Amino acid sequence: MRRFVLRRAAYAVVSLFLLSVTIFLFVRVTGDPTVLLVEPGASKADLEALRQDLGLDRSLLVQYGAFMRDLARGDFGRSFYYRMPVLELYISRLPNSLMLAVAAMAFSLLIGIPSGILAAVRVGGWWDSGGKIFTLLGLSMPQFWVGLLLILFFSVYLGWLPSSGSGTAWHVLMPAFALGWYFAAAHMRLTRSSMLEVLGSEYVKLARLKGLPEFRVIAKHAFKNALIPVLTLAGINLVLMVNVSVVVETVFAWPGVGRLFYEGIAFRDFPVVQATVLLSGSMIIVVNLVVDLLYAVIDPRIRYER
Amino acid sequence: MSVSPAPASPSPVAAVPVTWRLPVFRADGLPMLPIAILVTLALMAIFADLIAPYNPEIGTLSQRFRPPAWVAGGSTEYLLGTDHIGRDVLSRLIFGARVSMIVGFTAVIFAGVLGSTLGILSGYLGGWVDQVIMRITDTWLALPGLTFAIFMAAVVGPSEWNLVIILGAVYWTRYARVIRGEVLSLKERDFVRLAIVAGCSKWTIMRRHLLPNVLNTAIVLATLMLGVVIVTEAALSFLGVGVPPPKPAWGLMLADGKKGLMAGYWWLTVLPGACIALMVLSANLLGDWLRVKLDPQLRQL
Repeated sequence: MRRFVLRRAAYAVVSLFLLSVTIFLFVRVTGDPTVLLVEPGASKADLEALRQDLGLDRSLLVQYGAFMRDLARGDFGRSFYYRMPVLELYISRLPNSLMLAVAAMAFSLLIGIPSGILAAVRVGGWWDSGGKIFTLLGLSMPQFWVGLLLILFFSVYLGWLPSSGSGTAWHVLMPAFALGWYFAAAHMRLTRSSMLEVLGSEYVKLARLKGLPEFRVIAKHAFKNALIPVLTLAGINLVLMVNVSVVVETVFAWPGVGRLFYEGIAFRDFPVVQATVLLSGSMIIVVNLVVDLLYAVIDPRIRYER
Repeated sequence: MSVSPAPASPSPVAAVPVTWRLPVFRADGLPMLPIAILVTLALMAIFADLIAPYNPEIGTLSQRFRPPAWVAGGSTEYLLGTDHIGRDVLSRLIFGARVSMIVGFTAVIFAGVLGSTLGILSGYLGGWVDQVIMRITDTWLALPGLTFAIFMAAVVGPSEWNLVIILGAVYWTRYARVIRGEVLSLKERDFVRLAIVAGCSKWTIMRRHLLPNVLNTAIVLATLMLGVVIVTEAALSFLGVGVPPPKPAWGLMLADGKKGLMAGYWWLTVLPGACIALMVLSANLLGDWLRVKLDPQLRQL
């Protein structure tokens, strides 16, 4: 077990290293950020001074060394555009993204779990068929299109909900639904298959043989166990939601980390782009590591496999 | 936009006893609905120059924001209306099919060739080659595909071919993982051992004996990836880092359509999105059918 943990942790560290190098190199070839920071007509000397000020005139290796040393200190650099520490900027946007992700998760679970259970209980029935069509649509309709359709219907025609921005609870409804939509389909699919597996197990048969009413068998015995894989996936997906909401946040002008990332690219703001991709990649690597380790704790067979 | 970002861990879906077939209209066992849609879109893409009534890139400003023919104020001149600079929506949709198809198919093939090659190398050679390739695969898989694609698209600038390379570069990892797994079991089989005994070089074994055996899997994966790739392309174009304007791409049309959204010009938002959804839907249906037909091992993927 100890070897397994060490090896997994080492893999994660290697992944983090590769991630940082990839991102560092990619960001350095995007173009010259200084051109965007000075007023048009600035002299060559001004540009050079700014490049030196920002440390862009040094060799790549030196820049990377400085970059990693700062990272180790928790310093992600200063945003060229906002002129403040990137980490501060990121942290100030993170609650918005988390709020959106949690609301989207609530939507996806509220839709996905009950419909998945119904589909499993009535396999082959009309509810099951309807569920298939729903999952298919969920996986086929792009999130941003769903977002635009929602704006069209609820903001333009009905005038019920604000089309963009943040502030009130009403603002979060549409982006959360657009983001949760895709995941609802995935959660429904998993709930259905997990439920079917549990319903076919020995202890559910026993519960039925005892003469328990069907409702209690499903609600009390099957449901609890069927929920475990769904909640595991939901946990992973929550982290994923924070990191894939770029398009939805752009559609609804939601001030989260996704929009920060998008602005960073639009303004060629090196430190911002670097930090957002790095932080979201790291978050996912860490979550993967945690999930791997949790599985190994739960199921000893996995420890010896690799 | 992967649902399971932890491919290294055992997927909770893995033990599903009942496969969930998607509803497909069949004739002679073929999924007719998705095939019909894809063929129609392909014909539209190929013969776009002949069937499109207008030039998709040039508009008439005096005819801007004309609604579709069946809506009050619309005319049969512009069957599906016009956009914010008076370009014909129908023509743009038809040419958009070409962009989506070309980018989608080439990107999927590029990703497939890259991923399958690395998967076979990694699986058959093992050792440090396997370690290096799999570490890189894991790292790339750790990045959310869309974020990484936007990131790279912003780096290399907008163009269709850059887009193909980016989409290929982002999505090769899935092929590499699955194909590697397949090769790991194939290389223990007798026919590979006999080939070694017969004196085949490693290269010959990989090319002549392993590649044909993983081809089915690669094709199924490619069809399933087509939908993901098309949505990603649309998202990139929508964000302005994909297909460069004024080219007619569906994602770009949605971005333009946003300008008329608050004024209620619904056709600019509804129609291009419906095209994307229809194409992705067909690809998913076809992929699902192929998965069951060609590769029983992938049924539970």
